Amino acid sequence: MVQSLPRLKETASQTAGPYVHIGLTPNYCDISGVFPEDLGARMMNEKTKGERVTYKMRVIDGTGSIVRDALIEIWQADAAGLYNSPSEPRGKADPHFTGWGRQASDKETGVFTFESIKPGRVPFTNGRLQAPHVSIWIVARGINLGLQTRMYFGDEPEANAADPVLTALEHQNRVPTLIAPRTGDTYNFDIHLQGEKETVFFDV
Amino acid sequence: MKNERPETGGFFQRDRTWQPPAFSPGYKSTVVRSPQRAPVSFGNTLSEITGPVFGRSLLGPLDNDLTVNYAKPGENAIGPRIVVYGRVLDENARPVPNVLVEFWQANAGGRYRHKKDGYLAPLDPNFGGCGRTITDEDGNYWFRTIQPGAYPWPNGINDWRPAHIHFAIFGHGFVQRLITQMYFEGDPMIWQCPIVRTIPDRKAIEGLVAALDMASTVPMDARAYKFDIVLRGRRSTLFENKLEGN
Repeated sequence: MVQSLPRLKETASQTAGPYVHIGLTPNYCDISGVFPEDLGARMMNEKTKGERVTYKMRVIDGTGSIVRDALIEIWQADAAGLYNSPSEPRGKADPHFTGWGRQASDKETGVFTFESIKPGRVPFTNGRLQAPHVSIWIVARGINLGLQTRMYFGDEPEANAADPVLTALEHQNRVPTLIAPRTGDTYNFDIHLQGEKETVFFDV
Repeated sequence: MKNERPETGGFFQRDRTWQPPAFSPGYKSTVVRSPQRAPVSFGNTLSEITGPVFGRSLLGPLDNDLTVNYAKPGENAIGPRIVVYGRVLDENARPVPNVLVEFWQANAGGRYRHKKDGYLAPLDPNFGGCGRTITDEDGNYWFRTIQPGAYPWPNGINDWRPAHIHFAIFGHGFVQRLITQMYFEGDPMIWQCPIVRTIPDRKAIEGLVAALDMASTVPMDARAYKFDIVLRGRRSTLFENKLEGN
């Protein structure tokens, strides 16, 4: 026998289910009067520093159908590359930018729309700079454990080509699944849950 | 003694043999929504280690009382009155303070206040079904609600969900984020549920079953159920062999 390690096991995940919006975006599903507004609906205000951009995301299942009952949360650095978090050791982030957003999809189109600013660059574990990116968490009916991925910016080809995460991917033909092309001020990002174009998901 | 320095250690690797696999055909919705390729791993960067924090000013006075937060003045939701309480801990068994905990559930008849729920059981005009709270300095949380009902759902021709409350928990880092469901001690429906059974390890399922705690009941008012939640643990920066902050 050896000494015991006093560690606990992480609580098991369970699906968010089809009614996740009751809990996380109640105003979106017509439960009004409990919370004044849905949390994460606004990430910034007029004083936020940085270039205004829009992310339009879709989630697509293995049959090619658009998933409308998912919920997406995003987390990103401010324009200077700092996170608005007590765990950010490098300095104080823009107080007018939360860095965190949560959205349900448009009921008709299935598009998740985030109004945000383009993030600055954040270092990798070895100190090399990563390309600008947005961390993404997806939950839905049929997803047992929230899916983690990232969105990179299509108009940053040089940064993307040197990004430590993207360059380390074994299957370089999958890199485009993480890059959102830019049209005007909008980045369009389709997340494929499975199939030929399956998005790269992370276990980090 | 509290550690006031920012936490900058990376998180322990998630045990994916303990968590339910993405592809779990007994729960049919997973079949076309489960990634088939292996997820890609890399060491935690600040993008994973940091996360949003919510202040107590976010909370309204009724946010943690589902018996009244949607009810008309002077009225109450129908159903067995309960208090749910517990602690949010990490895998190091340390409390996780100041994190937002959100919850939602069906009413006492097993019906959700949602356009897509067509179950026969009626809506309760005084029950919305959502609430939230923030853990205190010791990781404690609690809320008041009514015990939800079991309900049938379209999977097999006769599958039922055991009574449950959904939880979404923030940690201090974005990759600690967890979504789960709490079940109730003694419910025989738990072990028949295809969603519960996506979890491979019986011990992991038992970790989702809240204990009836008669010592914490509110006499002549509400029974109490204790539900502790464990988030991923953080490595100590003591052992880091590189400069803090990467």
